[in-house]
Amino acid sequence: MGIDLSAEAAPRRRTTVRGPSDEPVVLTVNGTEHAVNLEPRVSLLDALRDRLALTGSKKGCDQGTCGACTVWVDGRRVLACLTLAITCEGRQVTTIEGLTTDGELHPMQRAFIEHDAFQCGYCTPGQIMSAVALIEEGNAGTDQDIAEFMSGNLCRCAAYPGIRAAIRDVRDARAPEPGATGDGG
Amino acid sequence: MSGAVGRPVDRVDGHAKVTGGARYTAEIALPGLAYAAIVGAGVPSGRVVTIDAAPARAASGVLAVLTHENLPKVAARPRLLPSLLGAPAPGQSFFPMQDEVVHYFGQPVAVVVAESHEQAQYAASLVEVAYARTPSVTTIDEGRGGAYEAERLFGGLMPGREERGDAETALAEAEVRLDLSYRFAANNHNTLEPPATTAVWEEGRLTLYDSTMGIRASQLTVAQLLGLPLSDVRVVTHFVGGGFGAKAMTWPHVTLAAMAARHVGRPVRLALTRPQTYTSHGHREEQEHELSLGATRDGRVTALRHHKLSITSPFDDWAEPATGVSSQLYACDHYQGVHRLIRGNTMTPTFTRGPGETVGVFVLETAMDELAHELGIDPVELRLRNRAATDPRGNPWSSDGLADCLRLGAERFGWHGRDPGTRARRDGDWLIGTGMAAAAYPVAFFMPAQRARARVYEDGGAVVQAGTQEFGTGMLTVATQVAADALGLPMEAVRFEAGDTDLPNTSAAVGSAGSGMVSAAVHAAATALRDQLVALAVADRGSPLYGADPAAVNVREGRMLLRDRPETGEAYGELMRRNRLADAEATGSWSPPPLDTPHGLLTFGAQFAEVAVDPELGLVRVRRMLGVFAPGRVLNPKLARSQLTGGMLWGLGQALLEGNRMDPRHGRWGAANLGEYLVAVNADVPEITAEFVEVADDVVPLGIKGVGEIGQVGAAAAIANAVFHATGRRIRELPLAAELVMDPPGTPA
Ligand code: FES
Ligand code: FES
Repeated sequence: MGIDLSAEAAPRRRTTVRGPSDEPVVLTVNGTEHAVNLEPRVSLLDALRDRLALTGSKKGCDQGTCGACTVWVDGRRVLACLTLAITCEGRQVTTIEGLTTDGELHPMQRAFIEHDAFQCGYCTPGQIMSAVALIEEGNAGTDQDIAEFMSGNLCRCAAYPGIRAAIRDVRDARAPEPGATGDGG
Repeated sequence: MSGAVGRPVDRVDGHAKVTGGARYTAEIALPGLAYAAIVGAGVPSGRVVTIDAAPARAASGVLAVLTHENLPKVAARPRLLPSLLGAPAPGQSFFPMQDEVVHYFGQPVAVVVAESHEQAQYAASLVEVAYARTPSVTTIDEGRGGAYEAERLFGGLMPGREERGDAETALAEAEVRLDLSYRFAANNHNTLEPPATTAVWEEGRLTLYDSTMGIRASQLTVAQLLGLPLSDVRVVTHFVGGGFGAKAMTWPHVTLAAMAARHVGRPVRLALTRPQTYTSHGHREEQEHELSLGATRDGRVTALRHHKLSITSPFDDWAEPATGVSSQLYACDHYQGVHRLIRGNTMTPTFTRGPGETVGVFVLETAMDELAHELGIDPVELRLRNRAATDPRGNPWSSDGLADCLRLGAERFGWHGRDPGTRARRDGDWLIGTGMAAAAYPVAFFMPAQRARARVYEDGGAVVQAGTQEFGTGMLTVATQVAADALGLPMEAVRFEAGDTDLPNTSAAVGSAGSGMVSAAVHAAATALRDQLVALAVADRGSPLYGADPAAVNVREGRMLLRDRPETGEAYGELMRRNRLADAEATGSWSPPPLDTPHGLLTFGAQFAEVAVDPELGLVRVRRMLGVFAPGRVLNPKLARSQLTGGMLWGLGQALLEGNRMDPRHGRWGAANLGEYLVAVNADVPEITAEFVEVADDVVPLGIKGVGEIGQVGAAAAIANAVFHATGRRIRELPLAAELVMDPPGTPA
């Protein structure tokens, strides 16, 4: 789950070396711009949690193995622990804190509560960010799809049955959009 | 009274958890916070010859490097005792960085403190340590020669041996005899939140934000290690990202965080990295079991001999007690249970979900399956035939339910009519098998009195408090339900507050005891407060209840009213305003029954599983799991189901995925991350159901026996028995690795 460093991003690249000490960086998180000073080695996850006080994204491993840090960068799910914050300049970062609108829970958040899709709650923000993206990606067509495409998000409390049920509910409640492709993969 | 208890209400902390608003320990923001990183020993045994901290000290942002050369000595070495006891509970009796000796790989040899997390981590990598390594023992195979019988386990709390009758003779005389040997790889908890501690000193007083299953245990342990009065140590935890036993004891990093903070004169956060979790708290130890079972031809168990051999640390006689169920579940006059230990270069092992018994029951229940197969008796029927009507002392069970669990499970699962033959069912390339196991887990009662406080405000709202903690069990929710019913208030009017040692004392929530004991204390406090207000009302001339018999007064929706004439009464608020009380408060406490209560104390259940096995690849897929449990009163079936199915899925992991081995060359874990230590993921999870059998119990607190462990117990045995049914292959080793499951080359299909 990397970030698309495509040609359109290239013109923004500087030729000067940045770092190793603090660099001014502007991060756009949940639609708000934040000017921070960061060493280039700071991960997006640590920037969110330690610098921006956005602690909804969790650190379960810092090694890309658990999915607790799942956020969206330009709408795609990425592991924030394996993403350097400085590479997110000019991109839209969305975290669990950005999923509610005017205090209204996202349907996936409501479904997680209703199906008791968590216990300790530590994996939950990552699960929810993955779950919402899964439906957008068209990867929630069947139960098996859900199980496979959610397997990057570990839940040590093993709330998996509830997680699946919540995703099914939200998927089924969505009015079929014109041109929807159904089963994806 | 129809109330909140027993209803499947949503978690009261659900909103906080789905929005990212729930704060876990490493997320507490404090002004001037500094970050600590541990440097772990690179050898399993030996000593530190030199530590060159100069490059680390010179790195940018570094505030201090602590080693055994400059870390102050601890004031005391508390004994190792389970945290449920309510005494100091260090995970091990050894405290690191007091001298140059290394006892286990990863043992802290230095702590670096810096301005940022990144600076601390980088500087930690610059600390140069030279070791003189000595020979190490990290596996049972290496240490077998030095095995000894443990006189006592658990810091002396439990005997290492349990015996009745004459197992040797009874085995020799048995009509049928099985002698079976088992091996189990070690297990690691892998709570999704790695343990973390943030320490703040203010005027000589210490506040610890700690990721723990027992704030009281952290307070007691750190106070004793640092020689501080208890009143100067406060421990706070809001949310904990999973426990499973990993955070049941207070491990050295907690105190190291406090020492680092004192050294730099700033708040310090010490968050373990994922690899460090494998060497900073204990694990479920590598173990071998031997079970000998004697029976009559008609399937009556006459003798059981259950021996466990496991590896512990150099400092403590710790073994998961594994014979608490095998000694009691089946009526059998001749029993011998023995724990033997090897001292090795590991941390002291610790509680891991279903401690001891989940392994012991695997042994017992796969052996019973072998007996059933050998004798041609249906496995469910064999359990029913041998079920103990009393505990071994002849005491009745505080509540039973095993037979009902077995019968209901068999019916729901569709067990009847099962062809007992192996390799009898196929689905394409897959062999299909079904298996079952009985489940039981001891109810633990060695906690001290548990306390809580309840307060009602004149506007009718209530705050109820107890020094417990929320790590996924739903404690905040069930305590709110219990308090609301006892106070006669709607749940929305009650806020339950926990997570602070300044609140009334409770013990660490371990051994499935948490919700029972804390609920009982909350119930006592809330009932005391209600009684206090009712007493005030019946004595108050201004009250419509004046002169009434307090026993004739009910409280509903915050109104005290006469049971027979509900139109007569008044709200708490009216009474309080008239008496000029801004609030009213009461404390309550609950004490466990005496340890020699004349009751058998086990929670019962039954597990069923269906698997599909690809015999060429050794792949096992669990297709469905059903567990039926009799955990006494269920405060909230929605949350209880989650915990039970979560436990069953731990059983699935235990059966098929989870295992860690020491690499004897380096004396360290073969796997120390979530990429290599496999836990169940979404795609591993079958259709899974947990059902309840109702049993009334007036010995355990509020009739609650707990659901934390029983879900896991027996699940791995049911799966292994199903694998045998599918393949005809009996594997006495966990996890059931593919190479053990697959057919040897040349096996006819
Ligand atoms: S914290 Fe990023 S994957 Fe685990
Ligand atoms: S809810 Fe605890 S890890 Fe998923």
